[in-house]
Amino acid sequence: MKNKKKLTIAVTGLNAIDSPGPGVAVIRGLLEASDFDCRIIGLAYESLEPGIYMHDLIDKTYHIPYPSAGTEVLYNRLMYIHEKEKLDVVIPNFDAELYSFIKLADKLKQAGIHSFLPTMDQFESRQKVNLPDFGKKYNIHVPRSKAIYTVNEIHSLEQEYGSPLVIKGKYYDASLAYNSDQAKTAFNKISAKWGLPIIVQEFVHGTEYNVTGLGDGLGNTIAAVPMRKQYITDKGKAWGGITITDQKALDLTAHFLKSTKWRGAFELELMKNKAGEYYLLEINPRIPAWIYLAVGVGQNIPEALTKLALDWPIEAFTTYEAGKMFIRYAWDMIVDLKEFQQISTHGEL
Amino acid sequence: MKIKNNIAVSDNGFVFNPASGESFTVNQVGLDILNMLRKGEKQETIVQQLSEKYQADTAVIERDFSDFQAMVKQYHLHQNEE
Repeated sequence: MKNKKKLTIAVTGLNAIDSPGPGVAVIRGLLEASDFDCRIIGLAYESLEPGIYMHDLIDKTYHIPYPSAGTEVLYNRLMYIHEKEKLDVVIPNFDAELYSFIKLADKLKQAGIHSFLPTMDQFESRQKVNLPDFGKKYNIHVPRSKAIYTVNEIHSLEQEYGSPLVIKGKYYDASLAYNSDQAKTAFNKISAKWGLPIIVQEFVHGTEYNVTGLGDGLGNTIAAVPMRKQYITDKGKAWGGITITDQKALDLTAHFLKSTKWRGAFELELMKNKAGEYYLLEINPRIPAWIYLAVGVGQNIPEALTKLALDWPIEAFTTYEAGKMFIRYAWDMIVDLKEFQQISTHGEL
Repeated sequence: MKIKNNIAVSDNGFVFNPASGESFTVNQVGLDILNMLRKGEKQETIVQQLSEKYQADTAVIERDFSDFQAMVKQYHLHQNEE
């Protein structure tokens, strides 16, 4: 019998809510890893993140500070956790926290905590505001878009891009606007929440596809699984999806990885128009919430990412099962107040 | 017209395109047509067989077959003619 190494892995993104974080799905993948056993340490920002209370998946959870507290505060907190838990790997799963984790990656590695994240250049170049340049540089179709700072600029963009327009926040949130009034309302609402600039993007009609995968940082595709969203919530999140075999989507992914030498996990949000052309709408520099579908069809991306973080030998996945679906569901847990009290007051559970 | 080789058609009329992830359901007549198209049967043969099986006028079957072919094309289930 194989003598598997036991790893301690810290995972963020435990908010398994209607717009779920990827953490719980990542953990399910890690627990099914064939090359190691693991102990899971949850890292949570809020006391009501459901993952905290899933004791069959997570051994212990610690609060960590919001990114706005700065990297030093985060580092100190992680060192405190490391001292107690002896972390081998950390897998951050939120866009907003990645900047801090990328910045701290070397320092954490020196302390013995490994990660496998995009470089800071890769992280910045795929920001929504930089997407047009990204498309030009790597010869990938992207919808026309512009970052704007005042609501007055909407009118000219409406003339240029036509209707509807997609109004996007710098990091999160997007809204479709069918006229100037709707566009202005969306501008004000999203900028109030996420700040400026606001990205105004041309709407591409078509069918939405997503690809999740993993790049080794040398231009090679370690994993790639395309999925068509079948059931989309009002927040645009996939509540059901199915794996597909579209070669064009896989070729585009390989081209993306080869030309950017992408390091780490990612999700490409694609729109296929009627002519069959793919447009790249967004690059999420992390594992998506639907990652368990990739695990379920034969590509355990959380496991592969962990092995890359630890410099273990790895073989690229070459197949997956097409026509498998995921259907998400909500589940009410009954939680003792004592547990909520514990995590709220001590920051640990 | 030929149906793409990778299109999966179940016995109860569930059609799945693994390239796009789209799925459809067809009734028994649609299933008969798809199965015959997959076998490479010609239009005349298909119309003839359906006409016999469903005891319907060939003109009606021809019109329905033509509509069905248009839908097959619309959903990209057919192989492009060389």
